[in-house]
Amino acid sequence: MSKLDRRKFLSVATSVTSVIGGIFAITPFILSFQPSKKAKALGAAIKVDLSSLEVGSIIKVIYRGTPYYVVHRSEDMIERLKSSENDLRDPDSDLSVQPNFAKNELRSMKPKYLVVEGVCTHLGCAPIEKFSVAPADMGPDWNGGFYCPCHGSKFDLSGRVYSGVPAPSNLRVPPHRFENDSILVVGENPGEADV
Amino acid sequence: MTLSIKKLLLLCTLLLVSDLVFSASSSSDNEMNMKPISIDVSDKKSLQRGARNFFNYCAGCHSLKYMRYGEIAEDLNISEEQLLNNLIFSNQTPQDIVTTNMSKADGDRWFGKAPPDLTLVTRRKNPDYVYQFLKSFFQDDKSPTGVNNKIKDATSMPHVLWLLEEEMTPANYDQFLLDIVTFLEYAGDPTQEKRKSLGLWVLSFLFLFLVFSYALYKDIWREVK
Amino acid sequence: MSEKEESIFTNPFLRWIDDRFPLSSLIKDHATEYYASKNFNIWYIFGVLSMVVLVIMILTGFFLTMNYKPSAKDAFDSVEYIMRSVEWGWLIRYMHSTGASFFFIVVYLHMFRAMLYGSYKKPRELIWILGMLLYFCLMAEAFFGYLLPWGNMSYWAGQVIVNLFGYIPFIGDTLTEWIRGDYFISDITLNRFFAFHVILLPLAIIGLVVAHILALHHVGSNNPDGIEIKEYKDESGKPIDGVAFHPFHTSKDLVWITVFLIVYFAAVFYAPEMGGLFLEVDNFEPADPLKTPEHIVPSWYFTPYYAILRAVPNAALGAVFLVLAVLLFVFLPWLDRCPVKSIRYRGWQYKLALYIFVISFLALGYLGMQPATGVYVLLARIFTITYFGFFLLMPFYTRYEKTKPVPERVVYKK
Repeated sequence: MSKLDRRKFLSVATSVTSVIGGIFAITPFILSFQPSKKAKALGAAIKVDLSSLEVGSIIKVIYRGTPYYVVHRSEDMIERLKSSENDLRDPDSDLSVQPNFAKNELRSMKPKYLVVEGVCTHLGCAPIEKFSVAPADMGPDWNGGFYCPCHGSKFDLSGRVYSGVPAPSNLRVPPHRFENDSILVVGENPGEADV
Repeated sequence: MTLSIKKLLLLCTLLLVSDLVFSASSSSDNEMNMKPISIDVSDKKSLQRGARNFFNYCAGCHSLKYMRYGEIAEDLNISEEQLLNNLIFSNQTPQDIVTTNMSKADGDRWFGKAPPDLTLVTRRKNPDYVYQFLKSFFQDDKSPTGVNNKIKDATSMPHVLWLLEEEMTPANYDQFLLDIVTFLEYAGDPTQEKRKSLGLWVLSFLFLFLVFSYALYKDIWREVK
Repeated sequence: MSEKEESIFTNPFLRWIDDRFPLSSLIKDHATEYYASKNFNIWYIFGVLSMVVLVIMILTGFFLTMNYKPSAKDAFDSVEYIMRSVEWGWLIRYMHSTGASFFFIVVYLHMFRAMLYGSYKKPRELIWILGMLLYFCLMAEAFFGYLLPWGNMSYWAGQVIVNLFGYIPFIGDTLTEWIRGDYFISDITLNRFFAFHVILLPLAIIGLVVAHILALHHVGSNNPDGIEIKEYKDESGKPIDGVAFHPFHTSKDLVWITVFLIVYFAAVFYAPEMGGLFLEVDNFEPADPLKTPEHIVPSWYFTPYYAILRAVPNAALGAVFLVLAVLLFVFLPWLDRCPVKSIRYRGWQYKLALYIFVISFLALGYLGMQPATGVYVLLARIFTITYFGFFLLMPFYTRYEKTKPVPERVVYKK
């Protein structure tokens, strides 16, 4: 090997090894930005006890800093869902975010429980529950659902958005599963379990 | 160059020797001439037994406030089911911190000083001390708990394991204590196994780099007269 | 410097920079056309290693600051949070704590080089003074940093050192209260020490390092023979005994930096506590004003001065001696009367004195870690005397040194 070849080889070998070493060295620092074990523990899926949630009532929980609404829907409320079909912007949830099992009229796994993010898909305000039929403040056509006070967006009892309001899509359904009839786990899909 | 390598080796030996010297005498409680114990923090079985022992006999008074149940389970290869059935006796979840049900106020009232948190006990004392402490309880009618301890005089800790000491064979009881100490040594520094194994890779890589950089240096300096 | 120096680049983007920023001239003046002696030995690596450690400390310190909480309530817990919960936090923390000790190892050896080869003598006195200012900043940085984990040793060592200021007559008590910001070492003190440690002193250190190197490059480096290589230049004006910093010294330094990293990472991965020297055992419990540790010991790099402080029977006078012990280094360029720079050619007087000094420094360091009882007290006093003797008698024993003839050209063995 000539002098120049040897020099070149050694320079390249040293440079390449330094770059590889540099990448190895910088990796732990970059990874340290990830959520810590504490953050992961605090952000673990939460268990919600639904045994005391009465029919027609709502329970609100916080998971990873975001509010979630769980509604125990009555037979009547489920019936009323059919009548709003024509007025919805996204009745089949094609534009909206939900797990596959929730891509249906009821947007849920168990018909009686609706689990949605309490975040209006317009600009993020927390919608208010308005479950009664035709109350004074909602007008005679109101069939029950959610109303967002910020800009007037309306959602039905499956969290589906009505046409003609600012919100572009249905209320998001989070990954969730039922451990049994009365324990809801928000944050995990069926078949998943955190260790 | 050879003179410098000698100096380097001297420095390395000095560092390592001083570590051995100082770690042997780092605890000021070594006047008792304790026989050093040997524990192996990589022994998962010992750690699992130690965890079981700790949660059954110690966690009633002593917390491990820098550890979460789930982290212990993951490190010790314990399944979540085993964790919930054997190690968590309250309605805590795997994400919770290992607290004790004894409040500090109660602990202070009952014992004079609340039982301390044990996460770092093997780092502020060494494992030998913890083992000897557990082994050194003796009957003392003048003490409010009926026992005293040769390692820490007038200790307010009762001899929690007295029944086990009586019922188990000396060898089994010893192992029981060693398992607890191994578990506490893990609790004090949970990443130590990962640290040591990674160290091998880092040093190997650096040695490889040394070969290349030395060859390059020699080549560049060839022309210097 | 010439008006428009020739750019060293062919790349048009770099030439664009060169028209607007002295990139080429910086590289030439400080690397490719900066000539340093070809006979550098191991003692010449410690300046570079100090810079390497500084970079490590700033990088790891920055990441620690992201997760550390500077309040008395949270500090200790946040360190354990970093060790256990932050991904790779344990590595970052161990690198920082090990780095602090290695910083002092490297800096002490760097200072010792100057004492071996007369690197503090004319015309390099200012480099030495800037270096001493760096040493003071480093000690302050270490002191402020040590309180931050809020362990029991942190608290009590902080207590002892801050109380030293109380010995200053008239203003002592007011001064200590002013330093603490409170009547005792508290959350307030912790927060302000954090500010010193994270922003003020690092900036000061970086500024001083730049000045230190500029002063060095202005005069040119010394060498183990203590002769000025600029006296013998070839036709093109290059010192015959010098080689360009880049690529010669950079390639050589790279080897020794790697060796250093091997030793450093061996400590990080296999002995981060170093038997209680790098991470004190007493610091694994939180600060407790009611529980004084059995032996309050400062970190190992302060123990020589701590031994001197305790050796003097009077506390206030001891504090004065401690300050003098550190300050005397500054005056070496003027205390040392020998015209010969390098120990290779100096008389037996200086060699013996330096030997005694090194033994004294190491002995005092060891004694500073022991309780101040029995024979330790006597030994500490003896070595305090020899330590001060090295400096104060220097004008006398160096004036009439029987030196050896200094060669014209550097001694270089391949």
